[in-house]
Amino acid sequence: MLKENEIKVGDTHTAVLVEDLKRTQIVQYAGASGDYNPLHTDEIFTTQVAGYPSVFAHGMLSMGLTGTMLTDYVGDGALKKYGVRFTNQVWPGDTLTGKATIIEIREEDGSKVIDLMIETTNQNDISVITGNATATIEA
Amino acid sequence: MAINKFLVEASHIMMFARSVGDANPIYHDEDYAKETDLGGIIAPPTFAQSSAQFDPDYFLRPKIGGEGWFGSGKEASGAKPSKDSGGSGGGAAMGLHAEQHFEYHIPVKAGDVLTATTKPGNSWEKESKRAGKLKFSESVTEYRNQDGELVITATGVGVQTERAVDS
Repeated sequence: MLKENEIKVGDTHTAVLVEDLKRTQIVQYAGASGDYNPLHTDEIFTTQVAGYPSVFAHGMLSMGLTGTMLTDYVGDGALKKYGVRFTNQVWPGDTLTGKATIIEIREEDGSKVIDLMIETTNQNDISVITGNATATIEA
Repeated sequence: MAINKFLVEASHIMMFARSVGDANPIYHDEDYAKETDLGGIIAPPTFAQSSAQFDPDYFLRPKIGGEGWFGSGKEASGAKPSKDSGGSGGGAAMGLHAEQHFEYHIPVKAGDVLTATTKPGNSWEKESKRAGKLKFSESVTEYRNQDGELVITATGVGVQTERAVDS
């Protein structure tokens, strides 16, 4: 867990979430999450029927990868809120970088928390996720 | 949607954590996890999404017994294009995920048995250049543990697009 005297507003944490995303990892997420939508795993359906250039990642895979960066930063069991918008699709071959920025340090229900702004971008610096999180810190 | 029994199991947490690139031992190493303040293996922040595995009617899972599945087999789609999907074919008018929000009340641990109830939230429409008319709809799911305590509130926003999204 982060300590109040070791952080300040404006601090950032960044991490490469995935390099050259493989279709197999998307399949892996489909199996674990139970979301078998063929848009994510079935190239033939997705290109010939749905009209997309290829399969693409579940939004929740991007959110999960971004969540790994987030919990690596704030610690286990510290998250109080985590919310995102899916701003662009994530495709096989993408490399994603996640960034969390501390925007406020405050009190909530008698404990110290931080509010974080979150953005995940692809290799072309296009945002694929924007969001916010709140995490408990040590006073 | 209601899920009566979402068994939170350590092996499922391990598989889920692997799929989101998370090597943190709190998600797979019981001996390590026991020594932490949390006292055992916990679920990663987006794990609640895998409650779909425990929804008997979840529509994005092929069903045993051959109800048909819209993914490719011999043909590019196992289902005929629906009539309201416009000119771009069966799949383009399917829903995409627009937003997801979680509120964490109590850490979810391996061994928990959760229930989930979902209620519809707001709905709205918007025009977009990249995908035509967008129809948004919100749903709010409350996850409770075996003691009836609220552990997670999840709010999802889905969007139905008029056509495939331009990238």
